[in-house]
This record gives sequence, structure tokens and C-alpha cells, in this order.
Amino acid sequence: MSLIHAEKITKNYQLGEIQVQALKGIDFELKESRFVSFIGPSGSGKTTLLNLLGCLDKPSEGYLEIGGTNVLKFNRTESALFRSSKIGFIFQDFNLIPVLSVYENIEYPLLMLQTIPSKPERKKRIINLLEQIGMESQKDKYPHQISGGQKQRVAVARALVTHPVLVLADEPTANLDHATAFQVIHLMKKIKNDFGASFIFSTHDPKIVGEAELIYTLEDGLITSRKEIKGA
Amino acid sequence: MMNLLKIGLRNLRRQKRRSLLTLSLITLGVLSVLLFIGIAGSFKNMMIGQITDSSIGHLQIHKKGYVESIDNNPLDLNFTLEELKMIEEKILQIPQIESFTKRIRFGGMLSNFNATSSIRINGIDPLLELKTMPLLKSKIKEEAVLIPGEIWIPEITAKGLDLKEGDTVVLIANNKDGSVNGKQFLISSLVSNLGGTGSRDAYIHFEDAMELLRIEKTQMSEFSLRLTDFKHLASIEKQLKNLLKSLPGNQQFLEIHTWDQLVGFGNIAKMIDLMSLFIKIIMIAIVLISIMNVMTMAVYERIREIGTISAIGATPKKILSLFLAEGFLIGILGTFSGLILGAGLIKIIKILEIPFNFGKMKGILLLPEIGGNDILSVSLIVVFVSILASFIPALKASKMEPVEALRHV
Repeated sequence: MSLIHAEKITKNYQLGEIQVQALKGIDFELKESRFVSFIGPSGSGKTTLLNLLGCLDKPSEGYLEIGGTNVLKFNRTESALFRSSKIGFIFQDFNLIPVLSVYENIEYPLLMLQTIPSKPERKKRIINLLEQIGMESQKDKYPHQISGGQKQRVAVARALVTHPVLVLADEPTANLDHATAFQVIHLMKKIKNDFGASFIFSTHDPKIVGEAELIYTLEDGLITSRKEIKGA
Repeated sequence: MMNLLKIGLRNLRRQKRRSLLTLSLITLGVLSVLLFIGIAGSFKNMMIGQITDSSIGHLQIHKKGYVESIDNNPLDLNFTLEELKMIEEKILQIPQIESFTKRIRFGGMLSNFNATSSIRINGIDPLLELKTMPLLKSKIKEEAVLIPGEIWIPEITAKGLDLKEGDTVVLIANNKDGSVNGKQFLISSLVSNLGGTGSRDAYIHFEDAMELLRIEKTQMSEFSLRLTDFKHLASIEKQLKNLLKSLPGNQQFLEIHTWDQLVGFGNIAKMIDLMSLFIKIIMIAIVLISIMNVMTMAVYERIREIGTISAIGATPKKILSLFLAEGFLIGILGTFSGLILGAGLIKIIKILEIPFNFGKMKGILLLPEIGGNDILSVSLIVVFVSILASFIPALKASKMEPVEALRHV
């Protein structure tokens, strides 16, 4: 069964009196537990597509199914609840909550679930992830007390703590130096293998792109190529 | 819930100066209201006490039309002995009435043999009068008992006629038929200012009043009642009215007045209550504006963060609760600090025993009191208004589209 099934997805924006078509009919299918990258120039529609796949926005036309569920029928609350249990997000600017510690930032998505896991269960999951990202000793620090790379590692842990089926990362390495970017991508890949979630990330960095198993190229709102990387 | 409050508290600490300023405003608002209620309320209660415990009582019963025509000395509106007994019987059925006194009131002329002054006279049973008007004792000479043949006259009248205790005076009054009678009295005490309607009243024994007015069977103009608890005035008045309905004539010949219907201070007391209400409205405005301002700023500054938590899976309801929790926290913290400071200041004022004068009442002590009900009502108002003030910014936050919020720079 496909994790994502998208048919003829279009997305139009109204900019004043001009209508801009960001996506022009995308057909897209993705199986479970894949490590996928979307590349393309600025304005090609990468972020728009990730927003639609993340149920943060709705297409103007088309059909979208994630994990066998038609996500287009959801209202705002249903979308939020679906995101909380099925989708994880990693942002370019990390977007950690500044008033929460590393531990609490990772815990936050668990508190958004419809059925909140017990405290010991939450602790078990968080400690496990902290070990995986190598930040057990930093768990009580606040975002302003850690480096950019560490922040993004925390963001990766936060995205995975609810055991989602899909993790979306929009330019996750854009604000990191090259070495740290590789560390983060490798971490994502490793955790993906451990958790079995599918990762979709967008990037400009050609070296990072090479880490993906599957590379889609987006140009002017359309998927123009699909490339499978053997042994990635 | 605990997580919401924890996050709310931490969010408030982000902008320490702004949060502190808002907290100070709320604290100041609560403090001002408590002080005003404490001082104005105790002043009001003290003044009411002075009036009701010296001359008026808490409730009075008259014949219908008596109060309106009191200046004309309506001796034809006195209660007869039979009526007095019937009413007394009903009064005694209410245990919350601590005591009562009966008076025959009339106007007359007081003469020192050289000059004459008009005067209002109360014919009383001194034991009942002193029991029902506990403050009257402090207004007269300590050992004064008012036996027949004695009179207590107001200080101001004594001054005008150059009289003193031990002097002899003549009291002249018209009886019901219009003939004039006079009787000689010994001044056994002067009466210092009573306040209320009794400031120019003289007192004689009711037997002397009967003799002066040539009344054979006892008659009285009014009953004055003292309650065990002033707070139950309205309910006792109602109870008394119901009881008196069973009297012959269906109580049509009677009127019951509460203290505030008989003296001008009743309106001042109402004015104080109205001012307390206005002060509360000002406090509500302070809380509303300051919290709305701080929460609007908080939402505006955290648009991107709202997008993030929304993406993570926070439902609109959770986002709403998060901001409401912040408003609630400011409100509750402001209330708490206002209550502590208010209670402290009230305590200090009480210890200082600051004296003040009100009209002819000298050296009245400022002893503010704040009741549990006032504390509760002020606290509930502030907390409710705090949540209300946060509601619009919180609703705005909860309605943000996550995509647009995440795009916000």
C-alpha cells in the first residue's frame, strides 16, 4: 500500500489581482519507509508541495491520500489531530519553542496527541531519542543554549517522538554548515531505518541530495524527473 | 492543564518587563478597590451604626402617614394601647429582633423662665430605650436614669438657652384637643449630638409625656427595633410585614420603615455603594485593557511559533487554551499580589488608628474592614475579566492558518 497517493494536485495563490499557479497537476506515489528528496529552484513549488503533504494546507484541485486516508475531507481540528499522530516536521529554522527545554521540546508533540501517553512512556521515548541524537546530557538546556546543529537534532527527535509514518523536512540543512548538515542528514537516515518512517526533504545542496534514495525534481510547479539512487 | 499553566508562566517570563508592568497595573487596580471598599465600607457601617444605635434603630413601625406629617406633631396618629399590645405580640415572635423601644413623639416649647425654644420631645421608657439604642448611653451623663420629672435636653439647645445639668425648665406642649399644658422638669443630663433625626431631640419619661399631653390610656407614636444582626434587615422587614398582615385591618394602618428611609444618610450610603461600583468598573477597565494589550502583543510576536505548534499537531482549541492560560495567570497573580498588599495596607491603617471628623462627630477612627465576600467578588471579577480580555487575542491565534503563520517573519 502507498503511503502517499496524490493525483492531479494543483495549488493556486492569489497575489493581488494576479493568480499564481504554484503546482500544476502533480501525480505522486510514495511507498512506506523511503528517504526522498525534492529538489528544484526557488519558486518551483517544493515548499507548497510539502505543506500539502503535511496537511498544513489544501490543494486547489486534486486528490490526496496519506496512509490510506483522504486528508482533504479534514477540517482544521481533524487535520491537526492527523498531523499530531502521523506526520513529523523539521523546519529550516529549527522552530524549537524557546521557553521549553530540549527534553520538553521533544515531549511537546506527545502532549498534542488525542491520547496522551503516560509520563513513564513519554520519558522512555524521549530518553531513547536523546540517546540516538547524542544529547542526553543537554536535555535540560534551552534552545538558546545549544548550537544550530544541536537544535536541528532536537528538531529531528521532536519530529519522531510520536512515531509518525511521514516526516517532512523543508530545507533542514539550509542554516547549517556543511559538516553539520551531513551529520543531521545521516542522523535522519539512521533514525528512518530504526523507526521505519518515510522522510521527505527539500534541499538545494547537491551533496546532501545524494544521500536520498529517491530524488524528485520540481520545476515550475511540475515534477520533471524521478531518480532512484541505488545503494543510497 | 498543569502543562498549559507551566508553559503560560514561562511565556510570561519572556517579556519580564512587560509582564511586570501589566501585573503592577492589575495589582494597583485590586489594591485600590480593596482600599476603597475597606475604608468607604467601614465609614458607611460606622456612620450607620452611629445613627441606628443612638436614635433611629434598625426598623421603625408607625401608623400610616405618620412619617410624612411628623413635623405637624400628629398626635391623632399615635398607636392606642390595644394596638400597641397587638404589635408587641407580633414583634416578640421574631427571635432575630434583639430589643425594641416605644416612643411618644411630639413638639413643644422649652423655657428657662427667661427665654423659650421649640423642641422635639421623645416620651420613652428609659430602660427599653437604652437597651435598644446602646450608643445613647455614651451620649448622656453616666449615672443619668431619667425618672419621672427629669428631662434630657440636647447640648445645642442647652447652649442656646444657657442651661446646664441640674437646672429647672418648663416644657409646654399642645395636646390633641389643642389646649396648652406645661410641666416643670429637672435637667438630669445633656445629650451630645445623636446624629440622624435625633440631633435636636429631648427625652422625658413616657409617664410625664402622658401627663403633659393629658392622655389617660398609654399611647405611643412609634416602635423602634434593634436586630441581632443588621445584615438580615431586609429579611426581617419582610418577615415582620407578613406577621403584621394578620392584624385586624390587614396591616393597612401600619407602615414599616428601615433606617435608611428615615434619615438622609441612607442616600449617602447608597452613594458610597454606587462609588464602589464605579471603582470596580474602573478596575475592570484597567484589567481588560492591560491584559488585552499584553496578549495582543504576545500573539503578534509569536505568530511563527503558533504555526510551529499548529504543525506539530496543536488543535485550534489547544492554541486558544494556551493563550487563555497566560491571561488567566496574569489575572490570578495580579489579584493575589493586590490582595496581599491590600490586606497589609488595611492592617497598617487599622493599627495607626487615624482619627477624622464627620460633621459634628469628632475623632472618629478610620478602621477599614474588608469582608470575605468582597475579597471573593473582586478576585472572581479580575480572573473572569482576565480570561475575557485574553479571549479575542487567543481566538485570533487559534484561527491562524498554520501555513501563513509559519511563513511569518
